[in-house]
Amino acid sequence: MQSIQEIQEEIIDEFSMFEDWEERYQYMIDLGKELPLIETQYKTDSNIIKGCQSKVWVHAELEDDKIAFTADSDAIITKGIIAILIRVFSNQHPKAILEADTNFIDKIGLKEHLSPTRANGLVSMIKQLKMYAIAYQTQLN
Amino acid sequence: MLDLDRIRKDFPILTREVNGKPLVYFDNAATSQTPQQVIDVIVDYYSNYNANIHRGVHALSQEATDKYEEARQIIQKHFNAKHAHEIIYTSGTTHSINLVANGFSALLKKGDEIIVSALEHHSNIVPWQMLCERTGAVLKVIPMNQNGELEISVYDTLLNNNTKLVFVNHISNALGTINPIEHIIEKAHQFGAAVLIDGAQASPHIKPDVQALDVDFYVTSAHKICGPTGVGMLYGKEAWLKKLPPYQGGGEMIAEVTFEKTTYAGLPHKFEAGTPNICGGIAFGAALDYMNSIGFNAIANYENELLEYGTEKLLEIEGLKIYGTSKHKTSVISFNLDGIHPYDVGTILDKLGIAVRTGHHCAQPIMNYFNIPGTVRASFAFYNTKAEIDVLVAGVKKAKMMLS
Repeated sequence: MQSIQEIQEEIIDEFSMFEDWEERYQYMIDLGKELPLIETQYKTDSNIIKGCQSKVWVHAELEDDKIAFTADSDAIITKGIIAILIRVFSNQHPKAILEADTNFIDKIGLKEHLSPTRANGLVSMIKQLKMYAIAYQTQLN
Repeated sequence: MLDLDRIRKDFPILTREVNGKPLVYFDNAATSQTPQQVIDVIVDYYSNYNANIHRGVHALSQEATDKYEEARQIIQKHFNAKHAHEIIYTSGTTHSINLVANGFSALLKKGDEIIVSALEHHSNIVPWQMLCERTGAVLKVIPMNQNGELEISVYDTLLNNNTKLVFVNHISNALGTINPIEHIIEKAHQFGAAVLIDGAQASPHIKPDVQALDVDFYVTSAHKICGPTGVGMLYGKEAWLKKLPPYQGGGEMIAEVTFEKTTYAGLPHKFEAGTPNICGGIAFGAALDYMNSIGFNAIANYENELLEYGTEKLLEIEGLKIYGTSKHKTSVISFNLDGIHPYDVGTILDKLGIAVRTGHHCAQPIMNYFNIPGTVRASFAFYNTKAEIDVLVAGVKKAKMMLS
């Protein structure tokens, strides 16, 4: 199994091949267009993380000692970034999720999307992922 | 005809780049940019005569007081108020509205009715809901139609002898619709109701005459009219302002204080507790002087030209829908691309150096009406150009290509 760190480095590598913002964004948009990231039954109001503008849904399940995250958004660029976050954080131990940082977002040129004032729900989403990790960590102990 | 080259030189911010592209600023309905003439006034204040006003015997305090009160007179003349003391400085439109709402809480009783429009900004809904909760008054809403216009025939039927207040924006911030406030005011007065008009969106485009309108309260923010943020005004008819109790306690608003009783100062100081935004007030006056030096007729004509041009060019894009299609609207175009979230369009436009607003524009009831999460809103000011609109149209086409 790849560690969070390894996955992040892999993503940084992938993004380093893009020459400009357009290629980066096109890639994220394509990620966002891929199949639904969450089962419809979990796309409920109680799973919504309210950003000001785009809606984000997150669902978490514990499989053995790892957390599987699924998520979605009604905005495609947000969805693309979610796809990246899911790739990094899903199927990892709660402890590893809690210890991980999100600096790689900066390194792939998407820093502006994680500014706390950027009302797209992503900051709240990461907070929510970590909250699930805390909850499941407690359960595992 | 406006001298665009000269006007654009007045706004230093228009020469900057965003994301490596020349800035195209189309978020004027959120806040307008500041001309050098106003920036100079702000710098001059802090460089030369920064002092607290009204109380000082020293020269600086006197100078600051004179300038602050001169600005009040500029505002008075601009809106054609009868008296300077009918102009109350506030921190902005929201503050002004809350001041009136708070005042009316002492005047309303259970069963009284307040009418608001379906086109309102949140700041114009929440205070009245709070007021109704406090007093037992009932909130009624003037509905709107598919064009984003108020259904005035319904408004006429909502009025009755219990109606105490009517609150409508002069122009909708989300859609740009110009509301028929002359009719709204006249009808309300037939039932003895007071009318408050939110002029935040109208002030950059229209020079209202509060006496001719016979409006009871008119409010706006300086930052929509080339002034600084954090300052605005409440115009109220003298009789109404005398009737309303003070809003906040503090210095400046009192005549005499003992522990037994305080007597309040006269207008306008009764509503201006504490040290005000002195520099902001002075700059507000300077901003109005600047706008008037260009002329509101010339501004309105030119912005209308931009609106027509932008509407025509944007509608050439397949799958683009404009929300707010009233014949009476200002230079605001709220739109969506079919099947694409406005946030995504706004993100791509930002990458291209184009500043627009996306989202529900603090007007969720309007978005619910159209069943959309929000819109992309481009709002033009007199310093914008058709060439910039071409950049926007190309940007929207690019966003459409990338996102569909």
